[in-house]
Amino acid sequence: MLGTIFRRLVHMVAVLFGISVLVFLIFFATPGANPAARIAGKNASPQTIARVEQQFGLNRPLPVQYGLMMKKIFITRNLTSYVNLGEKVVPQVFRAAPVTLSLVGGAAVIWILFAVVIGAAAAAFRNTWIDRLLMVLSLIGISMPVFWVGTMANLFTQGIWHHTLLFSWVPPLGYIDFSKSPFGWFKALIIPWITLAILYIGLYARVLRAALIETMQEDFIRTARAKGLTERQVLLRHALRCSLVSVVTLFGLDFGVLVGGGALLTEVVFGLQGVGYLTYQALETLDLPMIMATVIYASVFVVVSNAVVDILYAAFDPRMRLRR
Amino acid sequence: MSDMTANETLAPPAPGYWATAGRKLVRDRAAMISLAVLVVIALLCAAAPWYARHVSHTNPFQSNLSGTVVRHGRTMEVLGAADNPLHLGIEPIGPSWRLGPYMLGADQQGRDVAARMLYGGRNSLLISFASAAVCLVLAALTGILAGFFGGWVDRGISFLLDALWAFPVFLLAISLSVVLIAHGIDFGLFRLDASSLSLPITIIGVIYVPYVARPVRGLVIGLRQSEYVMAAIGIGAPAWRILWYDILPNVISALVVFAPLIVALDLLTEAALSFLSIGVQPPAASWGTIIHDGESLIYTRPVVAIAPGLAIVITVLALNILGDGLRDALDPRAKLRN
Repeated sequence: MLGTIFRRLVHMVAVLFGISVLVFLIFFATPGANPAARIAGKNASPQTIARVEQQFGLNRPLPVQYGLMMKKIFITRNLTSYVNLGEKVVPQVFRAAPVTLSLVGGAAVIWILFAVVIGAAAAAFRNTWIDRLLMVLSLIGISMPVFWVGTMANLFTQGIWHHTLLFSWVPPLGYIDFSKSPFGWFKALIIPWITLAILYIGLYARVLRAALIETMQEDFIRTARAKGLTERQVLLRHALRCSLVSVVTLFGLDFGVLVGGGALLTEVVFGLQGVGYLTYQALETLDLPMIMATVIYASVFVVVSNAVVDILYAAFDPRMRLRR
Repeated sequence: MSDMTANETLAPPAPGYWATAGRKLVRDRAAMISLAVLVVIALLCAAAPWYARHVSHTNPFQSNLSGTVVRHGRTMEVLGAADNPLHLGIEPIGPSWRLGPYMLGADQQGRDVAARMLYGGRNSLLISFASAAVCLVLAALTGILAGFFGGWVDRGISFLLDALWAFPVFLLAISLSVVLIAHGIDFGLFRLDASSLSLPITIIGVIYVPYVARPVRGLVIGLRQSEYVMAAIGIGAPAWRILWYDILPNVISALVVFAPLIVALDLLTEAALSFLSIGVQPPAASWGTIIHDGESLIYTRPVVAIAPGLAIVITVLALNILGDGLRDALDPRAKLRN
């Protein structure tokens, strides 16, 4: 078991290294991409560009630049923005992280609850109209672009229906800190939570339904039925527990991706100043250090949650320990 | 004639794999309706130039700031004074809801939204189908190479796929788009122009390769250990022959199952990139860029954002239902992202 964990961690560090090199190459070494020319602005003279290169250390060899950037992100943490000169990048990412965590955490609670209920109901009423209705709704949830759902939510809760009793409580777009007002935090986030959760409710409900139907064919279910358990006990106590494994795997990956900036579109639409929003702003101004920092932060989250899922898997299921 | 008598005496030949699957698919009513919906949407989008010339009578790529249009017998400005008590600001003309100029109203530059929807649909569909083709071809190549040859080939490809897999897909697409949108890319023979559609096609095509390549690799590894491949190796069949006759047909049926799902994923990704204005570049349109245009008009002319969104939902829903039908018909156990 310890060996498995160790090997997984080594693999994780290797993948992280690969990603950081890839990101660095994308932004600093793509043929034609010239960071100095971008900082200097359009129609800059060659002398200006040379001075910018000198100032930002862009004339050094690429491996040295890479090393310096990684040192500034991970060790000294004093990487500064190219756009707002002097502004430190790493603390900004850490300031934005709680917003993203609030958004994704709340949405995750909603999507897990709904997905389990919908998936179990669909499997229990398999091939009836209830099942068909739930699955069509799930499929529609998967098919909607999240930024459009968010825009529509804004249209109704901030616009057309804002003056009706239904949505008059919705605060203006933006984040309210939990420590300032827990109830305000909840009110500001409930619409973004639902918006972000819709896709995953659909996705997980479908996965869970399929897993449940497969599990119901297993021998241990026949045993449970044979010893006289009711159909509900069989479904909820025996089959559901076994089927949740497939959902847990997905959850680890999706949670990591979302916390790492996958919730960018939701944050942009609802004006929440999270990590995704930070990335978006940095993209608009082409602030390379900020983009590097947010993308690396994102991949750390994804890679770590991948590793955690694998290790948990190995802990639960001894068969997985021998693989890889 | 003699063939027919021979056939009558023998049992009819068993229908092939594809014929069986095709018949199953045709009997799947939801999948067939979805296919029809997709065909109708594609035909409508193909008719975009005709619509612009003969129905809307406007150029959907040119702003029309001071134009007028006759509606209910009155001449109205395309960009008129806003409908508030003080008439502050400017508001584009609303939808007329009947075939003709400005059926869905105008956007902020006075362009016909309905005509832009059709042109935008052309780009959205073109990008999503082309990038899905790029993705499936690359995934089949890498998956088959890694699975069939194993060893260091497999290790190299698998590490690349793992790194790409661990990268948040969406951020990868955004990063690549931001860097390349400004000046394109030039690798000598391989050249991508910044303003052409080939850029989003390539980016979106590449990022989902691991989603398909990993299941393909697993499939090929399984096939390589199957008895009939062992038998083929045993009688000394060359590698290309095994790949062509034993491996490829299986891989293709998996790819057919994945195809509509990847097209759906690509359509959503293209819309998101265009919404962030790093996909299709103006004055060209896609459904994503029109939603972006509509966001600033959301409280006054919501239809500009609602209509392209509905188009995306309907298309993606149809693709997903078709994908479910194909999976049931061909390979009930196939799983994307595996």
